[in-house]
Amino acid sequence: MKSLKKNFQELLKYPSAVVGLILVLVLVAISIYAMVTIPYNEAIILWRGGEDQWYRNPKYALPKWVNYFRKDKLPESIALSTIDHPEYKTVETNEDGSAIITIEIPFEYNYEILPVDLMIRFTSNFQEKAPFISVSWIRPDGEKIRIKNLSISPKQDYRVSQDKDLQKKLGGNKIEVGLFTDYKNDPKTIEKGKYTLKIEGATFEKDSDFDAEFIAYGKVAGLGGTDHLRRDLIVALLWGAPIALAFGLLAAVGTTLTQMIIAALGTWFGGWVDILIQRITEINLVLPFLPILIMIGTFYSRSIWVILTAVIILNIFGTGIKTFRAVFMQTKETPYIEAARAYGASNTRIIFSYMVPRILPMLIPQFIILIPSYVFLEASLAVLGLGDPTLPTWGKVIDEARANGALFQGWYYWVIEPSILLMLTGLAFAMLGFSLDRIFNPRLREM
Amino acid sequence: MEKEKLLRIEDLVLHFSTTHGAVQAVDGVEFSLDYNKAVVILGESGCGKSSLAKAILRLLPRNIAKYSGKIYLGDTDIMLLSDETFRQDVRWVMLSMVPQAAMNALNPVIKVGDQVAEPAIIHLGVKKDEAMRMAKEMFQRVGVPEDFLSRYPFELSGGMRQRVAIAMALVTLPSLIILDEPTSALDLLTQANIFNVLKRIKQELGTSYILITHDIATSSELADDVAIMYAGQIIETSDAMRFFTEPLHPYSKLLMASVPRLRADADPIFITGQPPSLISLSSGCRFAPRCPSRFDKCDQDPPTADVGGRKIKCWLFS
Repeated sequence: MKSLKKNFQELLKYPSAVVGLILVLVLVAISIYAMVTIPYNEAIILWRGGEDQWYRNPKYALPKWVNYFRKDKLPESIALSTIDHPEYKTVETNEDGSAIITIEIPFEYNYEILPVDLMIRFTSNFQEKAPFISVSWIRPDGEKIRIKNLSISPKQDYRVSQDKDLQKKLGGNKIEVGLFTDYKNDPKTIEKGKYTLKIEGATFEKDSDFDAEFIAYGKVAGLGGTDHLRRDLIVALLWGAPIALAFGLLAAVGTTLTQMIIAALGTWFGGWVDILIQRITEINLVLPFLPILIMIGTFYSRSIWVILTAVIILNIFGTGIKTFRAVFMQTKETPYIEAARAYGASNTRIIFSYMVPRILPMLIPQFIILIPSYVFLEASLAVLGLGDPTLPTWGKVIDEARANGALFQGWYYWVIEPSILLMLTGLAFAMLGFSLDRIFNPRLREM
Repeated sequence: MEKEKLLRIEDLVLHFSTTHGAVQAVDGVEFSLDYNKAVVILGESGCGKSSLAKAILRLLPRNIAKYSGKIYLGDTDIMLLSDETFRQDVRWVMLSMVPQAAMNALNPVIKVGDQVAEPAIIHLGVKKDEAMRMAKEMFQRVGVPEDFLSRYPFELSGGMRQRVAIAMALVTLPSLIILDEPTSALDLLTQANIFNVLKRIKQELGTSYILITHDIATSSELADDVAIMYAGQIIETSDAMRFFTEPLHPYSKLLMASVPRLRADADPIFITGQPPSLISLSSGCRFAPRCPSRFDKCDQDPPTADVGGRKIKCWLFS
């Protein structure tokens, strides 16, 4: 315990170790935060649940925080629903059960930039005769534009921006231009102020009712921006951390520990045990690692657990066996091992309390440095299309960005965010590992 | 048969196989040792002294070509025991060892107290705190302060480490301890100290020693008997008293004459030639090529002659 504390204090003498340690702690904090605020099941639903989860988000939107760095603020999405705001809705019921329902959704629009898309989502209930509604748009100066008359189904999305009739009515301009600017003049400047979306409707049955939700999709959304399925990337960015760390840690633990034990057994018992282990290692070293994983992913399963197991198994008989063996060969011949043999220590005792502790100072830094390499491996597999299809991971985000041409389209945030997190992970563990190496293997300090 | 010996070795053979041929490191060694006595095995470097120790303790490398003979410890032939029985019942129970370069014989990552206690835990089946108590007692015996128990080997001086290694050999109170060059790499004062410790322990605990060394001067401090080893064989065994005053074998004579003396005028002399390679040994007396009193018979293997209780393997005495 005391020596642990001493080692820790020595670690703090290296600025790189402090930075690395802080970064690792930040990553761990992110992981814990992700797991607490978005429980696993919820995260899976959010990530795989389809458009219904995210219909209020625009596609390919930048993250919200980019507005802090811009003079002309990008519009955020506006989503106003009569379910959340019953005060928008007035109902006049007639004696025969039919009703006139008036919905007025007011909102302020003060951006210099137009929204990208407008949509109204209607939900209604009726037996036979659908409600009939008429939608109109009231601008800050009071000008009223009739948008559409339609009878609505139980659940209907009316995509205002795609309405060709409306476009004609607005002089052939894009719908957003027509609705938000004085499009008859040039240059077309955006009118700021209070807009109102007015929906007047009639229901024809008793208990028949409808609600409306107006969405003006902006250009920024969420803390991570959004992808082609309107998902907020922050879910994947947050959840990527625990998955990456768990994968890296498990793979690193699984391979190094088994490698160390196998190498120790081989060296200690020697003879055919050693020969067998060495030949297996040499054969395994020439087997192509990635193609085997690709085959497993293609033909068998892409579950992260299957891939993890395959990675561990393929890496056990790796170069580590050779390195550890070299050290163990030296250790085996030291006088104190012979002394231990002489006083009758059993094989297990010699291996586990004499040989293995000797290699720990070498192993711990290596182990720390190994973690990010497995994190990168997981990301690379995801980019190759072998990521676990259910899990939100950093690699999957990059893969989807690539598949949707994010870099051609200029959606840099989509690639950069997960990449930065990956780089930070690598940097954190590398800095920590190299500092640990200097503490545990003091001879490196001279170099 | 006369009274029972503590250790009796008959025709012990240990050959190693190498790419150049078999190394006859121990080739037909015979000697015996009484209770509470110390035998010094003297010889040049590379004559098989350490291999003899390893052969007795069965600490064998992998390239064994031949390993045979009889080793009676009390009345059991320990050569007949299985490896596991040997490990559990012989090593450190009847027979322990202070290895060569004992300074490095301590595990650098374990506290010395724990290391000394470990044989007791393994072999006597005692609890950890009882074993630590025993370790403490042994530390007192060998003259290491008690607070060194919780130190690591690198915090100890060479002499202290040597004492710790001796304490480790003693902790299970075996009747025989093999000391393989226990004081090489130590200065003279420390050597003398350690030999005093060994002498005291011999008196107090009745332990026997096999002391393997090439240092004739210091070994005479402790020796009751002397065995001279040359090229894998023991060529002279004698009680120390008579040996140091009058060595009989020509090699022993030259060996003794090569030791510088404080009060005598004679310059130390050299033995011409090299000790033979243990791989290609000619038949006949192995010392013959370097022997000043060589004659015709020396081409044949000499028998062991008994000269007043001293055993000499030389044609001059038979």
